[in-house]
Amino acid sequence: MGKDTQILEEFTSKEYEHGWTVNLEADEAPKGLSEEIIRFISAKKQEPEWMLEWRLKAYRQWQKMTEPKWPNVTYPPINYQDIIYYSAPKQKAKPKNLNEVDPELIKTFEKLGISLTEQKRLTGVAVDAVIDSVSVATTFKEKLKELGIIFCSFSEAVREHPELVKKYLGSVVPANDNYFAALNSAVFSDGSFCYIPPGVRCPMELSTYFRINAANTGQFERTLIIADEGAYVSYLEGCTAPMRDENQLHAAVVELFAMKSAEIKYSTVQNWYPGDKDGKGGIYNFVTKRGLCAGDHAKISWTQVETGSAITWKYPSCILKGDYSQGEFYSVAVTNHFQQADTGTKMIHIGKNTRSRIVSKGISAGKSQNSYRGQVKVMKRATNARNFSQCDSLLMGDQCGAHTFPYIDVENNTAKVEHEATTSKIGEDQIFYCLQRGIDEEAAVALIVNGYAKEVLNQLPMEFAVEAQKLLALTLEGSVG
Amino acid sequence: MEGTATEKDFVKEITSAFSSSKLNVAPEKRQQALQYFQQFGLPDKKNEEYRFTPIATALEKKFTWPVKTVDSPINSIQSFLIDGLDAYVIVLINGKFSPEHSNIHQPETGLTIKTLSDAWQSEKQTIEKHWDKYINIENDAYASLNSACWQEGVFVRVEENKKIEKPIFILHVHDASVSQVVAHTKALVIAEAGSELSLIEKSGSIGKENIFHTFGEEIVVGSNASLNYIKIQQDEGNLYQVATSAIYQADSSQLNTFTLTLNGKMIRNNFNIAIDGENCESHFYGLYLLSGDTLADNHTVVDHRKPRSFSNELYKGVMDNNSKAIFNGKIYVRPQAQKTNAFQSNRNILLTDTATVNTKPQLEIWADDVKCSHGCTTGQLDEEALFYLRSRGIPEATAKAMLLYAFAAETLAPIKNESLKKYLDALISDRLHKDF
Repeated sequence: MGKDTQILEEFTSKEYEHGWTVNLEADEAPKGLSEEIIRFISAKKQEPEWMLEWRLKAYRQWQKMTEPKWPNVTYPPINYQDIIYYSAPKQKAKPKNLNEVDPELIKTFEKLGISLTEQKRLTGVAVDAVIDSVSVATTFKEKLKELGIIFCSFSEAVREHPELVKKYLGSVVPANDNYFAALNSAVFSDGSFCYIPPGVRCPMELSTYFRINAANTGQFERTLIIADEGAYVSYLEGCTAPMRDENQLHAAVVELFAMKSAEIKYSTVQNWYPGDKDGKGGIYNFVTKRGLCAGDHAKISWTQVETGSAITWKYPSCILKGDYSQGEFYSVAVTNHFQQADTGTKMIHIGKNTRSRIVSKGISAGKSQNSYRGQVKVMKRATNARNFSQCDSLLMGDQCGAHTFPYIDVENNTAKVEHEATTSKIGEDQIFYCLQRGIDEEAAVALIVNGYAKEVLNQLPMEFAVEAQKLLALTLEGSVG
Repeated sequence: MEGTATEKDFVKEITSAFSSSKLNVAPEKRQQALQYFQQFGLPDKKNEEYRFTPIATALEKKFTWPVKTVDSPINSIQSFLIDGLDAYVIVLINGKFSPEHSNIHQPETGLTIKTLSDAWQSEKQTIEKHWDKYINIENDAYASLNSACWQEGVFVRVEENKKIEKPIFILHVHDASVSQVVAHTKALVIAEAGSELSLIEKSGSIGKENIFHTFGEEIVVGSNASLNYIKIQQDEGNLYQVATSAIYQADSSQLNTFTLTLNGKMIRNNFNIAIDGENCESHFYGLYLLSGDTLADNHTVVDHRKPRSFSNELYKGVMDNNSKAIFNGKIYVRPQAQKTNAFQSNRNILLTDTATVNTKPQLEIWADDVKCSHGCTTGQLDEEALFYLRSRGIPEATAKAMLLYAFAAETLAPIKNESLKKYLDALISDRLHKDF
């Protein structure tokens, strides 16, 4: 037992890998939040009048709202006036292709392991890279255009496809949905926009990489994905941030809109800086993600691997409005040191014969607190709705906590809803079994954790699955109960 | 506790009828509880714990305040008793002790049964040691209201190593045939080390007027002691009830509980178990068979504070008509409580599409070497099982009743007393229309 604990500790005390910063010259707004700042951001982005109005409306609503207190996390009050709401790496002109992008930027992404040029050539993943607040490069745009797919930064979408943005922005997550969504709606600086035309199956994975680089900034990006009738898209999102002693705020909004028979698969590997092992610094990750299955037979699938952030507050949800629509949620949330995570999902069954599936695997180590909070709601007219939820927790060490708060509300008697949850630890016998076969403790822990999380990792696209597995092993090096 | 549904003066009105001039027992304790109550006010819908159970709204709209106490003309309680059950019976009618219907005069040696007001005179020391210690008056508005305004109650003590064969039967009768009834009652039960006791508690009512009843109960199960606790809620009237039971378990103690909820307008059960000993074993069973527009809300908290204990919880429900069931089961495993095994299951069947269920099992674990799980299902009867029965010539209604009965009867497993088992079985069969 003693030895196990030791390995656990070694494993769990591993430092954050992406903690470097790059000296990028940045264009910043002054600290603080006011209508002027919002006008400033809007002007910077050369936005049309309606966009500015939308932001201001959100800001006025935000002022009347209060920060949610119900999540099972604690943190000192956030001073919203002490944050820089806009920071952009300086670039001379909008680059047409990668050769024109600031070499320093390219280096940044190479460090992150996403070489924009290489990826373009080898893996065929279209990447939209977002540093601090703005999108710096989008690859493969031309090729996607041939199919009628629009994949660009949000500001570009506002300029070039205002009719689409106007129609769908806020249709899934209204500007006043919650405190952080309202804040995001007021100050969001960029993000990704994606539209898949009817019947088109997007031939490659679309991907956004987010990076916070500048100090004292908050990152507020917004992603909007629209899959028209019968379309399919798989979307990846990754994120990292430098190591800093102060906490940084990240409040993003993701909206997915799936029409009749459309399918959206959204995968996230979240690796924001989690703070050091004494709980100093780290990102506050307060994110609103929601998908709407608007048409019949639509499908939305969320997969997330959450390893970073000091505090995570995130509930990717599905509104199953169309008949026969499906929602899925697969999650692995790992917390270590002083990290706190309150994450889960909402499945709102409105249409008939709707189905949803929730698989959530929580892993807590060190002194962290890991909560699953989810809701399954079957409305009155959702005949034959079906849900299965499974949320398991794995505890490593005797100072961490695992919590589950599932809400199950059923108003229809033909619904079948099942929920199960277990809590366990990595057994000494399991470790012993591996040792016997010449697998050292560290590899054994990684093996067992990966096995435990496999059901979720299997849902990730291949390139990501490899990364996620490595990430899991890294975050948890040495954890045996 | 957040959120006040109502104005300060409403809170005052509720408590004013029970001013300390009339209730002279334990005035300091009442004062303290009253302070808590005034601090919270009544919980409204924004309060997480009372989200689906708007008792506060009902109190405001359906009752007239301040209340006047009305004597009950009731002269027979025969219909509320359990056939063939030989027990010590203590009857409280509209919150007042009824000596003529009770049967507690000569308990066996080692057993004390008294009204709480008597016990406050004769057993003051013991009572002060336990009073309001386990119940959450500083966290729950209704528990503090109850502690501030209780009219009468029951005190039971079993001495060390004493095994009491005859169960103790606490009967609450609400007579709302003349006017509305508001009653607050309390109980303190102490099973000392090594003792054994069975406690049955039932509430029933007559009349059509509204009834509001709070019951606050504290039970101490000493080390190596064993307690069976059965609660039957069968009020056919317009009852709004908040029953809070706080049970404290010491080392190696055993606890079996069974709660059956059948009727009432709005029933809220707070069931708080503190497992503050090692090697304890506890089984909690619950069954709610609801019809009409009954709302039954079971909130349970199982708090594992020490290592090596076992708890198992099974709550089942069948909801008919416009009824509504709420279940919230919390399991806490504290950092010291290593090697805990805690299991929980909640299973529901909805019979109509106007019935609803809101369930929230909640597991909070701070210790790593534990085995915990919870499961919860909501669905309908198994089509295949139904087909099996029907293909053998059993009519649909009968087949359904059989399956529902089988579903419900599982919760009766821990009940040992034969006449009690028969009685409960009859209640369940009757409700599920099992007539074969």
